[in-house]
Amino acid sequence: MSRQEQARAGQWRRLPLIENPQLRWGLALGLAVYLVLALASVEVNWARVAEGAGRGLNFLAAFTQPDFISRRGDIIDGILESLTMTVTSTVIGVALSIPVGLGAARNIAPWPIYYLCRGIITVSRTFQEIIIAILFVVMFGFGPLAGMITLAFATIGFMAKLLAEDIEDLDWRQVEAVRATGANWWQIMNHAVQPQVMPRLIGLSMYRLDINFRESAVIGIVGAGGIGATLNTSISRYEYDTSAAILLIIIAIVLLCEYSSSHIRRWTQ
Amino acid sequence: MLTLSQVSKRYPTGDRALSDIDLTLPRGQVMALIGPSGAGKSTLIRCVNRLVEPTSGSIRLEDTELTRLSGAALRRARRSMAMIFQEYALVDRLTVMENVLSGRLGYVGFWRSFTRRYSQEDIAEAFRLLDRVGLPHALDKRADALSGGQRQRVGIARALIQSPRLLLVDEPTASLDPKTSRQIMRLIRELCAERNLAAIINIHDVALAQQFADRIVGLRAGQIVFDGKPGELDAETLTTIYGEEEWDTRVQEEETEGEPATPAPTAHLNLATGGAS
Amino acid sequence: MPVSTTSQGTPIWRLRTTRAQWLQYLGWLAGACLFLLCWKVISDNTMWVFVEDAGRQGSDLISRMLPPQWSYAHRLWKPMWDTLNIATLGTLLGIAMAFPVAFLAARNTSPHPLVRSAALVIIVSSRSINSLIWAMLLVTILGPGVLAGIIAIALRSIGFIGKLLYEAIEEIHPTPVEAISATGAGRLQVMSYGVLPQIMPAFAGISVYRWDINIRESTVLGLVGAGGIGLQLNAAINSLAWNQVSVIFVLIFVTVLASEWISARVRHAII
Repeated sequence: MSRQEQARAGQWRRLPLIENPQLRWGLALGLAVYLVLALASVEVNWARVAEGAGRGLNFLAAFTQPDFISRRGDIIDGILESLTMTVTSTVIGVALSIPVGLGAARNIAPWPIYYLCRGIITVSRTFQEIIIAILFVVMFGFGPLAGMITLAFATIGFMAKLLAEDIEDLDWRQVEAVRATGANWWQIMNHAVQPQVMPRLIGLSMYRLDINFRESAVIGIVGAGGIGATLNTSISRYEYDTSAAILLIIIAIVLLCEYSSSHIRRWTQ
Repeated sequence: MLTLSQVSKRYPTGDRALSDIDLTLPRGQVMALIGPSGAGKSTLIRCVNRLVEPTSGSIRLEDTELTRLSGAALRRARRSMAMIFQEYALVDRLTVMENVLSGRLGYVGFWRSFTRRYSQEDIAEAFRLLDRVGLPHALDKRADALSGGQRQRVGIARALIQSPRLLLVDEPTASLDPKTSRQIMRLIRELCAERNLAAIINIHDVALAQQFADRIVGLRAGQIVFDGKPGELDAETLTTIYGEEEWDTRVQEEETEGEPATPAPTAHLNLATGGAS
Repeated sequence: MPVSTTSQGTPIWRLRTTRAQWLQYLGWLAGACLFLLCWKVISDNTMWVFVEDAGRQGSDLISRMLPPQWSYAHRLWKPMWDTLNIATLGTLLGIAMAFPVAFLAARNTSPHPLVRSAALVIIVSSRSINSLIWAMLLVTILGPGVLAGIIAIALRSIGFIGKLLYEAIEEIHPTPVEAISATGAGRLQVMSYGVLPQIMPAFAGISVYRWDINIRESTVLGLVGAGGIGLQLNAAINSLAWNQVSVIFVLIFVTVLASEWISARVRHAII
């Protein structure tokens, strides 16, 4: 009986999301099996959880009375170091991402350069910042320089990929129009490509500044400078009131960053 | 059946959309509400089903005072007043059948509606209505796959499955081409007659209003400036409603030829027409 | 774009006024000063002796990584499975928590402005704090293990999914919602018929995108004891077994690329 006739008789069910019943039930079964296996492989030491529950409450309580004072020196140094790493890495990263992004755009780069730039982008995007930081700390020693290079490298991957996509979607007629005036390669870039990608480039840079600050708060864990080391120490010593203070500062700076970046974006458009 | 007395609406911005409207609508009457853009037509019908809160005044549907209802009582009152929208207001990603059945939401509980387990009578009625508006084949199509006229038919079916006593119709033809507009107006008219429904129809197209309504009310700057039979509408009254314009040519043309010579100013052709059939 | 006139009476066109030009120079100067200042702070905190050594250290590192000790790979399957579980279960848990938060945070579905502010605070806190920080905290509270990793990923995902989802909710068409309300539907029915179908594609896309990011993030949670392949990475680095580290890198690389490919395919299919 067709669905129309059934509906006439008052029988109607919603169309299933996946039409093929075998595929539908197969997927549902596969999902159920995965969930069971995955949940079964999560080992929970309930005695340890019960022991830690008190600490969890302590941590929450610490937010009502964060301690900015007793480790004031460490906190100020750490935050300043994080901020300087954020600024320098974003500037250097964005500057370097422009040539990489141009090289990774299929419509303007010759193929050896295209593959090289795509390779850099893929490696930079695949590995979490912490892993990159470990390697750079081994190479450059402990301190903010390793952190800055890490963040700059991550910025290149992030920015260059989006920039390359932007350039690939360029409005090609504008480029042709400029080329038709007899402009050379640099003039084409300056008059036809730059105006089209600039607003988004500025927006993305502001967004990346925000991300870099958040990342700079963790790469200190592996010795790459910033507030992360202080935070790590305070957590492992159970000094939750200091951790709460640091987290509140991070949240405040991220909020400030977001607020000002929305202003700058509006101002540039 | 529907009585509005001293209804006013002032928006928080300070714009006065309606001032002291008095209006009575008897059972089974199809009333067209005409007037320039911004005259308060949409606000008026939205005050009736309280999508917009009137600032003062009283609105009674038979024995129920609508302005004081809230919560469950308001939802129960809304069931008996079905609304048809200008841009169809269908949920694009749901199928035609789901859109029609959504008219029953006031009658079924949350879980039944969430799992789409409607009663057999509801489903049979939904299909009968789809059949009546000429779309039985479109049952399982997604709403965004239909053309403008077809979507408005689904919107009409959704309104009727509420088993309403009153239809509130907001610019039903503003997004349709002239031919489809007439078909839709004729359908609404017929359905009102079949079910003895009262209707308030906001409409820009004066010719359509004259042809399909029992009564015409003209609104200007939130006040009723005309209330009478379609035949009583002449160039002079149109000037009081809309302002100065050479009405005669237009009205005469339509009276003699019986066809609208030009589509109404807002009735631009709908590009979605012919999307699927 | 001002046009001025010279003493001879010929008009001169310039892109900016003199004042705007100076302001722009000043802006660049201020930016350059800020950058140099930051650079100086970093430079002061750097042992340049080590940096001069970087090239040798780097080539030394690479020579010790090669060739990878492939036999080590068979001990990585279980940690990799844990990593995938942390990402997937964490994402699911995050979605479950982010969904109501997004509805409370969207201007058009929030029941009260105060509730909305509270939901926004949850979203901002979750977004500001890296999953690794959440993991550090949870390891001290719940003890080391996969559970801490799952919850860390979930807590971080709330902010990301919540933010994108509430923006999607604020961008829906209001008329279908109005139409559903006009039928006499209750609040939840309006959500499920008027709002939900409109945000479903965005919601699915955001969730899959976050799952892809979470795979990447969960590879390092083990560094602070929250389970997964990061534990092995940490052990290998601490014992300076760089040829094992390179095996782990290859495995992470392949997994992340695969998840990115899956996520891109799914998002493409939805849109």
